[in-house]
Amino acid sequence: MEHIIEIEGLTRKYDDFFAVDHLDLKIGKGEVFGLLGPNGAGKSTTILMMLGLTEPTSGNVRVCGLDPVHQPIEVKRKVGYLPEDVGFYDDLSGLENLTYTGQLNGLSRMEAEEKALGLLARVGLKEEKDKKAGKYSRGMRQRLGVADVLMKNPEVIILDEPTLGIDPTGVKAFLQLITDLSRKEGITVLFSSHHLYQVQQVCDRVGIFVSGRLLACGGIDSLSEQLFADESFMIEGVLDAGVRTSSLKEDLKKTKRQLQDIPGVAEVRIEEHRFMISSSKNVAPEVAAIIVGGGLHLNSLSNREYGLDEIYTRYFQE
Amino acid sequence: MKIFKNAKKNGIADDAFVHQKLSPFWVMVRKEIADHFHSWRSLILFGIILLTTVGALYASLIDAREVFSAKSDGSFFFLKLFTQSDGTLPSFFVFISFLGPLLGISLGFDAVNSEQNRGTLSRILAQPVPRDYLLNAKFVAGVLVVALMFFSLSFLVIGAGLFVLGHPPTAEEFMRIIVYTLFSVVYVAFWLNLSVFFSVKFRQPATSALSGIAVWLFFTIFYPMIVNLITKGFEPSKFAPPQMVYFYQKIKFALVQVMPNELFSEVTSALLVPTVRSVGPLTTEQVSGAIPGDLPLGQSLMVVWPQITGLLALTLLCFLFAYLVFMRREIRSRG
Repeated sequence: MEHIIEIEGLTRKYDDFFAVDHLDLKIGKGEVFGLLGPNGAGKSTTILMMLGLTEPTSGNVRVCGLDPVHQPIEVKRKVGYLPEDVGFYDDLSGLENLTYTGQLNGLSRMEAEEKALGLLARVGLKEEKDKKAGKYSRGMRQRLGVADVLMKNPEVIILDEPTLGIDPTGVKAFLQLITDLSRKEGITVLFSSHHLYQVQQVCDRVGIFVSGRLLACGGIDSLSEQLFADESFMIEGVLDAGVRTSSLKEDLKKTKRQLQDIPGVAEVRIEEHRFMISSSKNVAPEVAAIIVGGGLHLNSLSNREYGLDEIYTRYFQE
Repeated sequence: MKIFKNAKKNGIADDAFVHQKLSPFWVMVRKEIADHFHSWRSLILFGIILLTTVGALYASLIDAREVFSAKSDGSFFFLKLFTQSDGTLPSFFVFISFLGPLLGISLGFDAVNSEQNRGTLSRILAQPVPRDYLLNAKFVAGVLVVALMFFSLSFLVIGAGLFVLGHPPTAEEFMRIIVYTLFSVVYVAFWLNLSVFFSVKFRQPATSALSGIAVWLFFTIFYPMIVNLITKGFEPSKFAPPQMVYFYQKIKFALVQVMPNELFSEVTSALLVPTVRSVGPLTTEQVSGAIPGDLPLGQSLMVVWPQITGLLALTLLCFLFAYLVFMRREIRSRG
């Protein structure tokens, strides 16, 4: 796949602090990529370096084949950036704001105004186009931001925390809008967010970014494999409490040993009648066979994959 | 922009203006100028300056007739309109030199920091325009607005004088007035540059506004006092040789030359009062052989050329600092 953004060994140091630590990332054309991570992980810094708004300490970035440090204006022609908590000129209307952006991108006033009208209709702000931008709600401002970013017909759109402060329905509609645009026009979209659940629904691939490093990158399913290599699968079960054998304790010990011997099992925990087995692959059939074969009765058996919950808990709470 | 909307509604044909592709720099300048004219702050300040100058004009016109007929020397009537007053109100040029800094400071103090606080700075810098366009556009817009205002006022004064006197100014007078207006724009541009520099440096508009005013107060009130204090220690006694006295006067003169308001008032006095021969201490030797009379414009400019250069240099210095700080800064979003 042709890579529209290529990042190699990108580093940004502030005195002794590594905001971005030797990042390697490749994003393909037309992809919807989510850069997920907690606050202070270095997502915004990475984005600034992609646009040429900050100079990297070392490493290089190529966006659409251009170097943002040496050709920032060409990069900005092709990349649309929606910053966090975007602002507009409050005393100008939404339409006037967009027309201004269009003119800064080299369109004449007439062309810019026509384009702005079209985009405002697409993002659903047709009724409010003449309202002063200072009176827009947060959700409306974000949509205006999307229209603003599209004024220049970008090849890549970078959105920094776009869903911050928007209610859940609004978020869903917003993300749907972005993905529709991406699919229809073939625009590559890069999200940066710490709202995992919202963003992972629409992303093709996701990168987990913590403390300046990319911990894992790929589809959601492959993420758990990458992050919890040994223990990505969790099997929980309940033994039937009614069974009383004379040698319950020894049976349990023997069963535990047998369970631990199954290839791929990392840890077995048996408490009272509950047991929890974490393993690197799905071993539910073997577990069931061993337990039933050992004379114990199985009440329930369930499979649980490590999902975003665990990723969140383990890496995002600091 | 509203004008164009109405034009379309009324069926007036689109003119070339809306189809023209302007360079992004001039797009920004136009927007900044429009912002100035739409903001209450600028309008109030323009109103104050207009009122005070019209008042000063009126005051000087009141006794213009008497002055004109009393003194047979009716020359440079138009210049006197700028400099004379009957005592009730300060004259025109005093108002300008007093309110000019205020105008410059108020036009520039929130130039860059308000963009950052409103969240528009990252968005504008994400457009394919060089970063210094923003700074330059703010500056150029401010200068254009000030130039418009000051030239209108000067022409208003000339018109009033024409009305009262009945005949137009001489070419010499006219040129002097034009050059004076030009330099008052340069003077205000210095304060504009200074406040733009403060707006780049400080995050809060209030801080940058107060810093600008503090600098102004310092140069208007405190610096002369400090100079007096310093030189009082060196004051030669009555019996000192003339070289000492001359040296002392020269030092005193040199020390006040860093004050922009001082530079401006020296330039103004040379321009508006053609009989002014020098702006510093002169020895008798230097003035011997001089023919009393008025200087032509070129010579008047020569007299204050160091001051003109100094004023321009100060303006450029402020711009340089603002440029350096702004261009290297990492612009983050307001969040």
